[in-house]
Amino acid sequence: MSPKIGTSGLIFNEPLLWEKSREGRCGISIPTRDVPEVTMDAALINEGPDLPQVNELDVVRHYTRLSQWNFGVDSGMYPLGSCTMKYNPKTNEVQAARPGFTGAHPMVSQELSQGAMELMYNLERELAEITGMDAVALQPAAGAHGELTGMLLIHAFHAKNGKQRSKIIIPDTAHGTNPASASLCGYKSINIKSNENGILTPEAVAAVMDEDTAGIMITNPNTLGLFEENVKEIADIVHARGGLVYGDGANLNAIMGIVKLGKIGIDVVHFNMHKTFATPHGGGGPGSGPIAVVKKLEPFLPSPRIKKSDKGFSWVFDCPDTIGRMVTFHGHFGVMVKAYSYLRSMGPDGLKNASSYAVLNANYIKEKLRDTLELAYDRPCMHECVFSDKKQQAHHVSTLDMAKRLMDYGFHPPTVYFPLVVPGAIMIEPTETESKETIDEFIAAFKAIAREAEENPDLVRSAPYTPKVKRLDEVSAARKPCLRG
Amino acid sequence: MKEINELNFPENLKYTEGHEWIKRDGETFTVGISDYAQDQLGEVVFVEMPETGETFARSDEFGTVESVKAVSEIYMPISGEVVEINQGLEDAPELVNTSCYKEGWIIKIKPEDPAEYETLMDRSAYLDTLKG
Amino acid sequence: MRYLPHTPDEVEEMLQITGHTSLTDLFSTVPATYRLSEDLDLAPALTEWELDAYMEELSSNMAAAPSHKIFLGAGSYTHYIPSALKYLLSRSEFATAYTPYQPEISQGTLQGIYEFQTMITSLLGMDIATASHYDCGTALAEAMLIALRKNKQTTRVAVSALVHPHHREIIKTYLTPSNFEIVEIPSNQDGTTDLYALDAMGDVAAVAVQSPNFLGCIEDLAKVREAADAKNALMLVSFTEAMAYGLLKNPGSSGADIVCGEGQSFGIPQSFGGPGLGILTSTKKFMRDLPGRFVGRTKDADGKDGFVLTLSTREQHIRREKASSNICSNNGLNAMAAGMYLAFSGRQGLSKIAQINHDKAVFLKGILMTAGFTGAFETPFFNEFVLKAPRGFAATHRKLGLEKGIVAGLALECYYPEMEDHYLFCATEVFSRQDMENLAKEVGA
Repeated sequence: MSPKIGTSGLIFNEPLLWEKSREGRCGISIPTRDVPEVTMDAALINEGPDLPQVNELDVVRHYTRLSQWNFGVDSGMYPLGSCTMKYNPKTNEVQAARPGFTGAHPMVSQELSQGAMELMYNLERELAEITGMDAVALQPAAGAHGELTGMLLIHAFHAKNGKQRSKIIIPDTAHGTNPASASLCGYKSINIKSNENGILTPEAVAAVMDEDTAGIMITNPNTLGLFEENVKEIADIVHARGGLVYGDGANLNAIMGIVKLGKIGIDVVHFNMHKTFATPHGGGGPGSGPIAVVKKLEPFLPSPRIKKSDKGFSWVFDCPDTIGRMVTFHGHFGVMVKAYSYLRSMGPDGLKNASSYAVLNANYIKEKLRDTLELAYDRPCMHECVFSDKKQQAHHVSTLDMAKRLMDYGFHPPTVYFPLVVPGAIMIEPTETESKETIDEFIAAFKAIAREAEENPDLVRSAPYTPKVKRLDEVSAARKPCLRG
Repeated sequence: MKEINELNFPENLKYTEGHEWIKRDGETFTVGISDYAQDQLGEVVFVEMPETGETFARSDEFGTVESVKAVSEIYMPISGEVVEINQGLEDAPELVNTSCYKEGWIIKIKPEDPAEYETLMDRSAYLDTLKG
Repeated sequence: MRYLPHTPDEVEEMLQITGHTSLTDLFSTVPATYRLSEDLDLAPALTEWELDAYMEELSSNMAAAPSHKIFLGAGSYTHYIPSALKYLLSRSEFATAYTPYQPEISQGTLQGIYEFQTMITSLLGMDIATASHYDCGTALAEAMLIALRKNKQTTRVAVSALVHPHHREIIKTYLTPSNFEIVEIPSNQDGTTDLYALDAMGDVAAVAVQSPNFLGCIEDLAKVREAADAKNALMLVSFTEAMAYGLLKNPGSSGADIVCGEGQSFGIPQSFGGPGLGILTSTKKFMRDLPGRFVGRTKDADGKDGFVLTLSTREQHIRREKASSNICSNNGLNAMAAGMYLAFSGRQGLSKIAQINHDKAVFLKGILMTAGFTGAFETPFFNEFVLKAPRGFAATHRKLGLEKGIVAGLALECYYPEMEDHYLFCATEVFSRQDMENLAKEVGA
């Protein structure tokens, strides 16, 4: 058996930044003052900001050491279900760092912003084509923000049609942001159950759909990694009663070039650029969550929109039915450059191959681990598969324990305890950028841990051992929160 | 998490389907969550309590009990006014785990209709719902 | 394709294991009627070298700093970013890391964000900061919702007319579904908020003022506190130029309940308006009400210090429809960048750079007035100010942009119709005396 990928190494203890502070130190180059100094009214100014004083090398060492405590996609595999932790291409970073982009002010006149506007316009076209939709808005700053935008569109649509509705249908497999976004629009969530095959049935939807229901929020493929085969029929039921269908696009990586969501009943879908389109997660953002809509929702999109004519690109402010603004300027342009670079690098064949290999990898893992872990739904999966800790319960080893032990083997844990419909869920999404060898190593690691769970459960229950810290006391952190130093 | 037979349910209390317990001491009614509820929740980190003087109807949500990974709403077993809240839970929410029937009590109620108390489940009825 | 490692042999081998005959066969659960029969109509793939050339072309077709001198603020600011910061931020352990839900292997991100939370609360004089929000406008909109949730007696919030116009639009968008009402507090002749007008405005849950405001003027925050108290309302303060608080008295000292702002000035490039950094802070009282992530300090099983995300039960993944916000991903890497900027600049550097910003702006205002502009407000400002332009300046403004690589301020008429011929200027540490004298020369000509 090949040795574990995860191993110990020399990393450093590093105190909090202010412990490196010494009076008089400074780590930045102070610009020359070539104009007179002006003293402001003493009542308006502070006595010097309360910040540490650290020299440049100490700051560089500080953050370098901190970075060494982190796991990133560049370190190893992140099989996080519904997160699509694929490789973040470095050329995308180079493109976003071009001075013509980084030094661009969003309120400079359109004639002086043509390059960025062209990129945004082209990106809108790409996103519309991938999903088979008619119009796109790039403003939303993240997936959840795109969801809120989509719900606001639905709300505006119903308001315009003279009758606001009070409910939204949400499947039991939905991501938490779905009902949260619906609540922000004042909608009550009507929860429906998926069937024994892990998908929604038209009957379940028809049972609750009425003229007081604004619509339904569907993730396809869903968070169990299964394709919602009945989506078109479900959409028809919702549409027939005047409702709209929101598509959560978090799992788009499974279907690019295979299915167009706009052609199977979805009216509005959001993208997670930091998932499907390979922009880096940044340890918690920034992401970007554009939305694409069918024609009937186009008038409500956030404004301004971009128009192309033979004179170039221009902003359109005259959007009488717009929901307004979702962000201060145009959205996360810096992230859009990376996503657009990715799309242009992949091309149509590349995207279809990406989805195909993503689905291949997930099905491969499903087959290889089905005897090791309890498979939640014994059906073909899409880009992710869901197991549970049922087989390990006899040894009192939980999903959490196995997740922590995976770290010692050199892998980031998969998504755990989600979706809620599978108790002890382990959701594995390898993505297409992981090679067969890496996936085989991952499979070997999980098999080894399952064996440890039988033979030496205490070892698994106290994992991890190799990272900088062991399991942390989250209870005290919540009881007596210490949120600043 | 424990098995039902490892948990404790005092005889002299009444119980609700939502796993609250209520104790009558003459005219004072004290409310908390059962041993089953605290065991399911795990280590309690925060208890959100109402203000004294607030009134609620039976089955209204009057607060929440939070662990690190979950939040449970708590509902009024009977209608009434909140006359006292357990300040001790602000500094030591873990009392709900260690002493859910004594030091971990949550509110005291002045009932609107004391007869409502009689309609609640006794220990064996509650145990039946847990086993069933 | 270099990002797709599978060889045909491997695909063959893997399909044997999964029990499929081909890659297409993998999609058997997708009904045939849904499946695309044609390829996506997208331009064919570019090589890395073609991508470079294309992006070079697009990015060159922009009026951008530093080749262009753009004397604009209005929510997006040109500041120097140390090379060491860019280098550190590019470390892939920071950039390609996931949200730190598995804290044992995310201590770098967690400590970095904890340090950001600490430094930003120190700077602003507040108790609690979230790990970031999208931008100032969205943070301010969420702050409104907090105020309305805390004070159920009223459905109204008061927002100064001098809060960034785009932020006011965001608030309106966010508040539309709930029928909450936004009342606008008008401005004074001196470029500040007319707080006296609040007296006649009835009950409100919050009084929101931006300082320095959109016109660059510093508001009297002590008076805002009094006005908010008179209404039993929350005092919300926002800002778009974080650099201001390197010099100015912090908003916490005036007793603000919630302070939100834009942190782009701290080590984050402008990038045509995003991603920036939403800063959201409050007093201790609102700890459980703030949306977004918190990093907290704790100990591990061996008693070693460590950090975790905490108070997660407020968030969408646990609270779901009862969550106070739906925010999931925030602007984490930009919060790291801001933390790094504050680390490099520190007490010494930040105050000096902020002072230089002010000095440059005062100088610019002076020479523009000599060149024919007239003053608009006497109110103290930080690095942005309004001037009234000479007649016909609009044509000059356009010409300077197209031919001289200079953007001479932001025309305010479309935001405040009464401010015809008024322009908002900004000067930061990046503009040399020569740059500013060139501008004055060009506009005076």
